[in-house]
Amino acid sequence: MAAIEIIGLEKTYSVGFWRKRPKRALLPLQLAVEEGEIFGFLGPNGAGKTTTLKLLMGLVFPTSGSARILGMEWSDPRVKAQIGFLPEQPYFYDYLTARELLEYYAQLSGVPAKDRRPRVEAVLHRVGLPDVGGVQLRKFSKGMLQRVGIAQAILHEPRVVFLDEPMSGLDPMGRREVRDLMEQLKHEGKTVFFSTHILADAEALCDRVAIIHLGELRGVGVVADLTSSVHGRVEMVWQGTVVPLSIRALGAECHVTGDTVRAVLAEENQDAAIETLRREHLRLISVIPVRASLEDYFVQKLKPEEKMAGVTA
Amino acid sequence: MSGRIVHIASNTFREAVRDRVLYNLIAFALLLSGAAILVGQISIDIEKLVVINLGLTAVSLFGVVIAIFIGIGLVSKEIEKRTLYTVLSRPVRRWEFIVGKFFGLAGTLVVNTFFMAIGVFGALLYVAHRFNKPDAWVLVALYFIILQFLMICALGLLFSSFSSPLLSAVFAFALFVIGSFAEDLRGFAAMAHGVSRWLATGAAYLVPNFSALNVISSVAHEQAVSGQLIWYNTGYALLYAAMALCGAVLIFEHRDLK
Repeated sequence: MAAIEIIGLEKTYSVGFWRKRPKRALLPLQLAVEEGEIFGFLGPNGAGKTTTLKLLMGLVFPTSGSARILGMEWSDPRVKAQIGFLPEQPYFYDYLTARELLEYYAQLSGVPAKDRRPRVEAVLHRVGLPDVGGVQLRKFSKGMLQRVGIAQAILHEPRVVFLDEPMSGLDPMGRREVRDLMEQLKHEGKTVFFSTHILADAEALCDRVAIIHLGELRGVGVVADLTSSVHGRVEMVWQGTVVPLSIRALGAECHVTGDTVRAVLAEENQDAAIETLRREHLRLISVIPVRASLEDYFVQKLKPEEKMAGVTA
Repeated sequence: MSGRIVHIASNTFREAVRDRVLYNLIAFALLLSGAAILVGQISIDIEKLVVINLGLTAVSLFGVVIAIFIGIGLVSKEIEKRTLYTVLSRPVRRWEFIVGKFFGLAGTLVVNTFFMAIGVFGALLYVAHRFNKPDAWVLVALYFIILQFLMICALGLLFSSFSSPLLSAVFAFALFVIGSFAEDLRGFAAMAHGVSRWLATGAAYLVPNFSALNVISSVAHEQAVSGQLIWYNTGYALLYAAMALCGAVLIFEHRDLK
């Protein structure tokens, strides 16, 4: 069973004060996310990622289409007890302490009274905030608020977790911890659906990704498949700072860094280049096929849209 | 009442307390103590009348200002700051949120009024040295003031569910002022003719009738309040507040939280 099934979900806003005109924020979206996977929802700013998440959370209403979460209609109140949500740049009741806020959310999520306190303490520990539970949120930094946001999203042990830009505002250590946490959630069998425009995070974490731009889905696939296509070029690295002329003649792009040379050239010239290095007594360190990165795939998927920029009707 | 409504209401109350809303009680206490001492020195035989009039009017105005300024921000502030996102993504229905907010603010105002009422009776004791039986009608006037607050809370929430805080404040204040002259509006409607009569009658019954809930002057003159008026005002205020609350829920249920 798909954990999340989006069936033609579409959103058009009315903008303007006097003369209302339609603005299509999301074109009919068809998407399925399997249970237990980490799914990355990628796109540049303003692509429609947050709109999709708000639609799934019932914060905005679709113009048409529907969605099913864990086999139930997404508007079914029972679904809400099974999902956790971290909004983009979250803001919380800053007059509360972190512990009070999480207890309040636990109450609203229907966590039994006897479980609330231990659950809150455990989740504070899990997001690295065990010592500041009694501090008012108005004294928290942006990164600490982001951790509180993650804590409230997983507090009630949901089966599906939606995270909108979860790494936003975090330092490198914090990002690493959030990545580890997402992997732990996956190991616990939970489904993680997260939006980001940071491709390195998606590449490191996701089983599958979808790319959205100008409200339109541009591609969906398994990360390993998307990045496995070979460009027919190889990257050679050798020791030294010497670049033989015959290698340049093969059309190689060469860069000298420290005491190594990195050259990218066509795969059919690989043997000739190796022979040249042997002849010049240069020590070859590595020969690696150049593979497409997620970034390459992302850029490729975004390019055609630039021509049709302006989904706004 | 569902547990979620109780949790939302108690959090709203906690917000008001932590945001130092109840600090207005200090200003109220200073005002009333000063007035009681001053009145005690310059008035002859009408000290009680002045203290009751001044005290209850102050209770009403302080409460109205709090009800409007908190009420108008109850929903719009949560949308603007996006605190609502993490509430409504839980098993909380939108109507539960609105009703919880209403009870939270209403609770804040009841507590606030309770402490101010202690101040009024304290000042009364200071100038009169003892309580008389007619002083009990002051409690009825305070009850009517609380009914006014419930109506204003609900109206504030109604405006807050579809407009900006500034416009909501303007609407709510305008309605409070017009509603305080609702009896005059009804009198005008009775005298008007043709279309004006229809319009004035419609407006007179649409605006909240706060003038019917204002018995401060008669209580200050130790006049009794009829049981019929108490029942009528209770029914009217609760029905009006419920209708305004239903309007707020209807609008909010269909609103996109952009």
